[in-house]
Amino acid sequence: MRLTLKVWRQSGPDDAGRLVTYQVDDASEDMSFLELIDVLNERLILDGEEPVAFDHDCREGICGACSMVINGEPHGPQKATTTCQLHLRHFRDGETITVEPFRAGAFPVVRDLVVDRSAFDRVIAAGGYITAPTGTAPEAHSVPVPKPQADRAFAAATCIGCGACVAACPNGSASLFLGAKITHLGELPQGQPERYSRVLSMVEQHDAEGFGGCTNTGECAVACPKEIPLDVISQLNRDYLAAKTSKRKAGAAPAKS
Amino acid sequence: MYSDYIVGEPIADTKAPDGPIEGRWEARRFGVKLVNPANKRKLTIIVVGTGLAGASAAASLAELGYRVKSFCYQDSPRRAHSIAAQGGINAAKNYRNDGDSVHRLFYDTVKGGDFRARESNVHRLAEISVQIIDQCVAQGVPFAREYGGLLDNRSFGGTQVSRTFYAKGQTGQQLLLGAYQALQRQVDAGGVEMFARHEMLELIVADGRARGIVVRDMVTGEIETHLGDAVVLATGGYGNVFYLSTNAKGCNVTASWRAHRKGAYFANPCYTQIHPTCIPVSGDHQSKLTLMSESLRNDGRVWVPKAKGDTRAPADIPEDERDYFLERRYPSFGNLVPRDIASRAAKTVCDEGRGVGPGGLGVFLDFADAIQRMGRAAVAAKYGNLFQMYQRITGEDPYEVPMRIYPAVHYTMGGLWVDYDLQSTIPGLFVVGEANFSDHGANRLGASALMQGLADGYFILPVTIGDYLARGVPPMANDHPAVREAVTSVQERINKLLSINGSRTVDSFHRELGRLMWDECGMERTEAGLRKALERIPELRQEFWENVKVPGSADTLNQSLEKAGRVADFLELAELMCLDALHRAESCGGHFRAESQTPDGEALRDDENFSYVAAWEFTGTGQPPVLHKEPLVFEYVHPSQRSYA
Amino acid sequence: MVTLGQRATKPTARVRVTSLQLKLIMAVSGAILIAFLIVHMLGNLKLFFGATAIDEYSAWLRTAGEPAVPAGTLLWVTRIVLLAAVIGHIWSAAVLTGRAHRARPVRYVHRRPVNGSYAARTMRWGGVIIALFVIYHLLDLTTGTLNPHGVHGEVAANLIADFAPERWYVTLFYALAVIALAFHVRHGVWSALQTIGRSSAATQATLKGVALVFAVLLAVGFLSVPFAVMTGLVS
Repeated sequence: MRLTLKVWRQSGPDDAGRLVTYQVDDASEDMSFLELIDVLNERLILDGEEPVAFDHDCREGICGACSMVINGEPHGPQKATTTCQLHLRHFRDGETITVEPFRAGAFPVVRDLVVDRSAFDRVIAAGGYITAPTGTAPEAHSVPVPKPQADRAFAAATCIGCGACVAACPNGSASLFLGAKITHLGELPQGQPERYSRVLSMVEQHDAEGFGGCTNTGECAVACPKEIPLDVISQLNRDYLAAKTSKRKAGAAPAKS
Repeated sequence: MYSDYIVGEPIADTKAPDGPIEGRWEARRFGVKLVNPANKRKLTIIVVGTGLAGASAAASLAELGYRVKSFCYQDSPRRAHSIAAQGGINAAKNYRNDGDSVHRLFYDTVKGGDFRARESNVHRLAEISVQIIDQCVAQGVPFAREYGGLLDNRSFGGTQVSRTFYAKGQTGQQLLLGAYQALQRQVDAGGVEMFARHEMLELIVADGRARGIVVRDMVTGEIETHLGDAVVLATGGYGNVFYLSTNAKGCNVTASWRAHRKGAYFANPCYTQIHPTCIPVSGDHQSKLTLMSESLRNDGRVWVPKAKGDTRAPADIPEDERDYFLERRYPSFGNLVPRDIASRAAKTVCDEGRGVGPGGLGVFLDFADAIQRMGRAAVAAKYGNLFQMYQRITGEDPYEVPMRIYPAVHYTMGGLWVDYDLQSTIPGLFVVGEANFSDHGANRLGASALMQGLADGYFILPVTIGDYLARGVPPMANDHPAVREAVTSVQERINKLLSINGSRTVDSFHRELGRLMWDECGMERTEAGLRKALERIPELRQEFWENVKVPGSADTLNQSLEKAGRVADFLELAELMCLDALHRAESCGGHFRAESQTPDGEALRDDENFSYVAAWEFTGTGQPPVLHKEPLVFEYVHPSQRSYA
Repeated sequence: MVTLGQRATKPTARVRVTSLQLKLIMAVSGAILIAFLIVHMLGNLKLFFGATAIDEYSAWLRTAGEPAVPAGTLLWVTRIVLLAAVIGHIWSAAVLTGRAHRARPVRYVHRRPVNGSYAARTMRWGGVIIALFVIYHLLDLTTGTLNPHGVHGEVAANLIADFAPERWYVTLFYALAVIALAFHVRHGVWSALQTIGRSSAATQATLKGVALVFAVLLAVGFLSVPFAVMTGLVS
């Protein structure tokens, strides 16, 4: 099939960037979207041009590295699918496709379609964990976890940290990402001791990174390739409110160094 | 036997204690010298890689008080390829009361590895397996649970006990996120300094010890040196030497290979695991292969047409013109034969010209019977997400049309040689996870890779590395000649790659190498084929260094340059793999040598001549390497021939 | 240069209100304003019980609380609370909007399709329209400045003069504002429930339905008065 690609090219963080149009005549509908970029890149290299830089790694929808916005939608038009698993059979022959990087103030463009998502790592570092140093764990069966809670924790924990939620959000908010981790750890008995300090630190870090506030537009949950539900944001709000009003707060939030 | 290598002195693992196997790890833990807690914060440990082994090691070491510097090539440590492991993690908890025990897990692993692993290591792995589950549950890993709230188990990979813990089809993801979160906690606490998008390009060995690494900041292109008291490689496997594999695109051998060039022996490089249930190649554009859980073989039936070149639609092929070849050849195990046997049988029928799908490289995995027997809803409940994934990639509906599957390279059992302490032949260089060769012998059992990575990182390395550090590491100047030499060599190599400006892309070399390796050093190997590959690889390598085209510059994000460096190292590793495969003139584990088979075509192991670990010493690119043999002794599990007929 | 891996330096000197706190302010102030809207609408409906009913009701609003407190006290307390809610609502919205613009400084060239709801996407402009309407509305029917009748206390007469058929444009503007308000309220109610933490996967569809029904009832209630006047149903 023949496709026209309008790809965002930007040589570095200080470059203004622009869309450049490329023609790919030998695309096959069995190709993944990233394989389409591979084909384009092979040609660009042989033509003496620089290939399009893009993040990718596992190419099976789980590492969360791939990150492009295709025709205005993070990871493209297919629901619950990352770019690496999006196949060209979902496009029409002769179609023009616009490819842009994830756009958010907290995700500065590094080059072309590559953005810096390290803000997510710092949000996790701020409290997205359960403190359980190696060797301190009790026997696994000592604390049963009711299945509905375990299942909800798992569903929230399937977040791949790709950042599509932020890219889709008109406010550039990372509330879905944040809510997913809060829900995952907050559903489990092991996560209770740090439940309040966790939400306070993570929300603070979220804002410090320059992510915007949530206005419940619901765009994030639609864009999420892992279909993390919107109610994790509700859980986030609930935990935050509880943490702010709880007497436990003072004791539970250790001073961060 | 062959002239292309030199047989050197045998090598021995001097760290494994003697005595009853149950007490060896206990004995070793008591035997290690301890580092004074106050001194730990003065010691810097460099950990390369943030998969299960690397992240768990970095977090655990920082918790102990060491200063840790952690590196990964991905944009975040959470993206390391452990994330993609689907099936589960084994542990000898015996929660099912089905007769499991540490000893049985040990036994199954040694046997599964086709008697090419060390008993001491494997036993330790089985002992630690139970602690791993405790640790992960405490971290909040959401394992599957039953209605009573206790952990669920399933049987996996042909074992007869249910010892596999899982989190749907995303066990690796959940375990990695647990380790990653522990790592991030240490990053915040200041115990770990994290360097994402930094690729290790050289090991610094000074005065006989591993003292640091040279890395490239993949964003700015800056070449940096990081020095420390010990270096830990947790850099994964080298399955991407085959170009097409289930590994992530970025997985590479560079860190291991650079260490090998600096003196670390490379053990059993030819031991590769081929996974039978992958989605077949759809065309030349194919960039990677996607694995589907082996559990599909529990209900799917594998078949091909009896006639060659039969291109009818599967539904049009009558029952008596179908060959259910696994059921035919292995009546008692049928479609559930181990990975290597299923893979090889599929290759055989495709080589006969009876393969299905584009290029004839595929066999059917048919659920029609299962749908009829259990009903569509039951099949959907069991395999729904896998069917969805298959449909997403191929555009075919497996409820209506049989799936097509083909084997793909999945895991490499070989890796850098390490002793019981996980220390390589370079003092101060430790290797954990898939990057080392240690515990899986010639074939890894399902759900054992996650177990090994976490055992190494959480529980073994933090103890054993202390023994090395406690014995004292001399101070070293930042401008030691070894540092300057390493930096210069990295810079020269980058400049060379950028200056060739030839006419072939890096990927085209990688594809050609991969095809050659798959054909000659894949599931089935012959002496003639391996010799052919050994002739072709140096030619290809020479052509690479004369004719590769790497655009762009060194001082910016340059993905072509990154790939070029990795492929250059694959081109050296490939030769060693073929040589190792050639010298090992026996069939064992995932490695089938055509010249060594039983009269009915099954793998024939040769314990008399090959019951050893082959540890290779580097002598120079294109120079014959030196083979050091580490004899394997079996005191507890006595070698027997596998039989699945 | 792009720094990776280190934690961002937090703005230390400035005491910052987190976005979640601002959302809570939005939710609480919004809830107060919605309570007001319900009472306001019910009061409006008194017109259907005759001019005296609504005029008496209006007079009662001024005297309510007597003799415990002087006349007008409760009215002014209510007004102050409402003013505070309006200020809190607008201030939070302004701060959040500013942050949203900083969080998304670059637009997509290819416009994104709206996958969420239009009501959610029009909150900001809808809010501005409502604010402008409220100013006009106060000048029209509270102070009487812009009302053709404009006699204090004669609520029914003021209304009938206001929505007279020949002044169809006033009715139209009023209707548009009420529809904007309904959109705003529909997303606002749902969003507030989400923010205050009473939404879950199971209840989300129900809550969205409740918000929609509520918004429609509110719109119908408010629109019934001008349309009744314009069509001569009430005169």
